[in-house]
Amino acid sequence: MDPSIYAALISVGVLGFIFGGGLAYASKKFHVEIDPRAERVLDALPGINCGACGYPGCSAFAEGVVNGEAEPSGCTPGGEGVSEIVSAIMGVEVVTATAPVAVVQCKGGRGEAKQHFQYYGVPDCNAADLVAGGHMACRYGCLGLGSCVRACPFDAMEMNDNDLPVVYDDLCTGCGLCVAACPRNIIALIPREAKVYLGCVSRDRGKKVKDVCSVGCTGCTLCANPKVTPSGAIQMDGYLPVIDFNVEDNLLVAAYKCPTNSFVDKLKHRPKFTITNDCTGTGECVSACPVKDCITGVKGEKFEINPELCISCGRCQPVCPEKAITVIGALAYQEQSLEGVG
Amino acid sequence: MDFGYLLTIAIGTIFINNFVLARFLGLCPYLGVSRKMDSAVGMGLAVIFVMTMASTFTWLVYTYLLSPVTNIWGIDLIFLRTIAFILVIASLVQFCEIVIQKVSPHLYKALGIYLPLITTNCAILGVAVLNIDEFFQNGGPITGSFIYAVVQGFTAGLGFTLALVLMAGLREKLEMAGVPESLKGQPIAFIMAGLMAIAFLGFSGFSVG
Repeated sequence: MDPSIYAALISVGVLGFIFGGGLAYASKKFHVEIDPRAERVLDALPGINCGACGYPGCSAFAEGVVNGEAEPSGCTPGGEGVSEIVSAIMGVEVVTATAPVAVVQCKGGRGEAKQHFQYYGVPDCNAADLVAGGHMACRYGCLGLGSCVRACPFDAMEMNDNDLPVVYDDLCTGCGLCVAACPRNIIALIPREAKVYLGCVSRDRGKKVKDVCSVGCTGCTLCANPKVTPSGAIQMDGYLPVIDFNVEDNLLVAAYKCPTNSFVDKLKHRPKFTITNDCTGTGECVSACPVKDCITGVKGEKFEINPELCISCGRCQPVCPEKAITVIGALAYQEQSLEGVG
Repeated sequence: MDFGYLLTIAIGTIFINNFVLARFLGLCPYLGVSRKMDSAVGMGLAVIFVMTMASTFTWLVYTYLLSPVTNIWGIDLIFLRTIAFILVIASLVQFCEIVIQKVSPHLYKALGIYLPLITTNCAILGVAVLNIDEFFQNGGPITGSFIYAVVQGFTAGLGFTLALVLMAGLREKLEMAGVPESLKGQPIAFIMAGLMAIAFLGFSGFSVG
């Protein structure tokens, strides 16, 4: 047989042996201890490297969890499912926190807010903001170029026909990337349960706001008035009302009273209240109701709530001595919808 | 050995026969890793290191095991060139990875996935094969062949890094540019790569050495 076959076999064999042996030796000699849990935690994470946990990426967060620096529930996009798995791997109790949701605190779209000038530059909010303070006449308002939408890795945001970004709550994970992308700090993270928020961040007041935007908050302080919001959930900070979402209040009265309609109610439809036949006509509800002519009737007879006018605020329900005010629909529906209201 | 010739090799490999833009080797990482400047620099450094090491080791393997003129048994084993070189490169990359992970976890993290990816980078095999083609005559190494091979390996890595970093810089700028919708992303990157290759053609008129 050709002797070159032996030479070939020996050459490649020896090469393979040397390199294989060298690698085997190197992997022993340079062995690095890696916690096997880190890999399992990493597998459980969404792997989108969004950075909402405060670590540069999913693998860094996994290491942080294993080293005990990070909470197993620290992954906001992963939600409860992921934090349960991670907690199980780490052998600790599940501590879950509902992820917040992003809201756009500006209602001034193409139709509502005026523009200083037409902007033809780079279609990016951060760039537009640098040109003479932005093309919007309101120096606090949304520039409408969609930097937040592009920042969202979950397709949870979209620009609507009015040049304003909209957030889809069911897709939003509360990672906060859009918050960082907005040069005007218009986007905020609020608790998922909160349905009503102020759709304006302008710190100007009165005429200055009115001149540039038809839905801007003028700082009239009406919503923060204890008569409108007795819970104290709204406090004025300068000319801008600030909502404390920790105080339980559905804020519907404040939203209804706002003369500029600056509040946003995320629910399209709310269950209306109604009066049952238990009503004896004492009339406490009429003075509790914030809406004029909503509850009508003659003292001593059954009162009526006008479903067209009812704003579902629920102020009338606790004051009724006969417990005769209820939500239209079945009891199960009532509980569910009350949750939505509160 | 001739230092002037070393300079000729260096300039020739970095500019005139740039591995990416003139020889069209290693195009996959060129387009895949050039999206961000940080990763482009990391990838470039890793490629420089591996190319230099690969040139060194493949030269030794070719000279002492494969070439009929200089190997230990005088038999022609040149047909084993490709498989032997791949074996050398794969082992080298794997070895680098293990050592870097131990010695400098920071660098290991910075290089990340690019280190193992280099194994399948055709530019590495390309430089090893070119070394043999250019610095061997009649199966035997020419004078100073070893040094030439190492220098060609190192400068090929430099050329690759140059092309990659230039591309990354352009693509970062491009993110902000008003590219037509149908050309966004990869299409405009390919067009730009073509234009850069044409620009580098300008070097081919140079005569060095």
